[in-house]
Amino acid sequence: MSISVKNISKHFGTFTALDNVSLEVPNGSLLALLGPSGSGKTTLLRIIAGLEVPDSGSVICQDEDVTQRNARDRNVGFVFQHYALFRHMSVFENIAFGMRVRKQPNSLIQSRVTELLQLVRLDGLERRYPSQLSGGQRQRVALARALAIQPKVLLLDEPFGALDAKVRQELRSWLRRLHHEINMTSVFVTHDQEEAFEVADEVVVMNHGRVEQAGPPDTVFEHPANPFVMDFLGNVNVFHGRVQNGRAVLGSVEVDYPEYPHQESRPATFYVRPHELEIEHAPNGAASLKARVERINPAGSVAKVFLMASDFGLGLNVEISPERYLELALKTGDTVYVSPRKVRVFVPEYVI
Amino acid sequence: MASVQLMHAQPVAAPHRAGVAVARRDPLVVRIGLTAAAILIITVLIVIPVVNVFYQALASGVGVYWNNLVGDRDTLHSILLTLIVAPVAVVLNLIFGIAAAWAIARFRFPGRSILTALIDLPFSVSPVVAGLMLVLLFGMHGYFGPFLSEHGIRIIFATPGLILATSFVTLPFVARELIPVMEAIGSEEETAAISLGANAWQMFWRVTVPNIKWGLLYGIILCNARAMGEFGAVYVVSGHIPGRTLTMPLRVEKLFQEYNNAGSFALASVLTLLALVTLFVKVLLERKTRRELAEAALPAAPERGGV
Repeated sequence: MSISVKNISKHFGTFTALDNVSLEVPNGSLLALLGPSGSGKTTLLRIIAGLEVPDSGSVICQDEDVTQRNARDRNVGFVFQHYALFRHMSVFENIAFGMRVRKQPNSLIQSRVTELLQLVRLDGLERRYPSQLSGGQRQRVALARALAIQPKVLLLDEPFGALDAKVRQELRSWLRRLHHEINMTSVFVTHDQEEAFEVADEVVVMNHGRVEQAGPPDTVFEHPANPFVMDFLGNVNVFHGRVQNGRAVLGSVEVDYPEYPHQESRPATFYVRPHELEIEHAPNGAASLKARVERINPAGSVAKVFLMASDFGLGLNVEISPERYLELALKTGDTVYVSPRKVRVFVPEYVI
Repeated sequence: MASVQLMHAQPVAAPHRAGVAVARRDPLVVRIGLTAAAILIITVLIVIPVVNVFYQALASGVGVYWNNLVGDRDTLHSILLTLIVAPVAVVLNLIFGIAAAWAIARFRFPGRSILTALIDLPFSVSPVVAGLMLVLLFGMHGYFGPFLSEHGIRIIFATPGLILATSFVTLPFVARELIPVMEAIGSEEETAAISLGANAWQMFWRVTVPNIKWGLLYGIILCNARAMGEFGAVYVVSGHIPGRTLTMPLRVEKLFQEYNNAGSFALASVLTLLALVTLFVKVLLERKTRRELAEAALPAAPERGGV
């Protein structure tokens, strides 16, 4: 079922949680609402679920306006951040709850719960109580419970937030596979950009109750719409330079910037991701910045090098491949030359 | 430098810790003295009187004891009356207590803190004053008195008055017990129940009640104990009509005033017995609720790590 959110606003007292937000969730997609805390992403999810009422705007599920319908009639599966499992019920009864309140026959409950227990790989644990389960197991019970009512939409609030790193990684790829298996329109909230990009088909970046950018992960990552998105997608090097006559200038580095053909020189911000910087021992002709190696972290799939460009008083994060790292044989204190392969330039709005 | 300091810090810390442990243990004399004082006070104030009640009641033998209880029609009626008044008051407070605790634990509204304070009012008001307030409202010369007598409704000097007085005095018990339990448990499970398709009634009975049941029972036990033993407020509204408006505590006092010590102590022993049973159940429930509150705190703290 597709979901479309139209011009939703929501205030809590004087705080604006959502400011005229519109959003399309195509049928069968897995969409991530990504943003820092307080950006309104959880509020938006709860409005879609019917757990909060928007001040204005509407929620449309498959051509049907459900804004005025309460949560229990929306047939939406909701997985809560801290799972909200019924502590006095066994795993079996937790999963069966939605079917029990709908007065479905016992035989059907029995078979569907058994089926779901297999799906979430918890068979054999149906008699346990939530307090006897690990975090990852609780998460999967919460998911099975939400799926038991055969929802048309699955909503997950920070589904992996409360888990440790290893379990989180496992559950991510599992959720991705599960989504392909059941192919249900799903929306999840996260503040972790890596998680959003790894799991989702569609990413919506939110900030201060507004949508900053929406699109497929690669588009959002490669073409950030604005400085906020660029910044939020993490770990980016920021430089301050100028633009003039269709060129963007940062020290000795100069790139084309046809979006600003004007004569008047204006300040601009340059964003370069760590893996888009190249390190050389000597200037190789290309425009480059001189920097000193401060610290090296070779552990992991990439070698992380921290540089200090003293001309700009600026710290730089650079990521290079392990092969390149061995080739360069970098040591702390080395003087190197850094050149960007790709630069994104944002010119602040004209202020008159 | 830092590591050198660290190495020094450890051996210094060890004797320091041992010193704390020694300081925590008070001298033998003090410990024995305090324990003895506590035991003495409890013996004089609690153990001797309680034992004495049963001793006095049974002084002339079990036959006389039984006859004092069952043979006296007014005494029998007082037991019956208490068995009516106390449960009705408990049920009224159960309804009020759940509603008030729900409102206070789940919602933020203007007047919330005033409501919280008002719930405790019956604890601080003298029961006699509470009884007088009811007489002023519902008595013959009270605000509603003429209207009530016109319609043939008797509240003061009748069972409804006793129930009202008892309910007022025991008002805080259920709500006081439930508010912390409901706050600790939070509303997430209830929201989850709604999102899974439960209606308000199903949510209440299947999720809320099982979660608060021990706190609820504990509140009921305390409320019931107080309701059965209530004297002051009931005294004012009862009018002391033997066989009509005397509850057990009132009857105990009446018999005592009439120099019927045997009868008085016999009935008092029944009240005391009820109190002891209540105490026993209370201790059992306290263990349960404590465990439940501890468990309620657990899932609220999410597992974190590896960051």
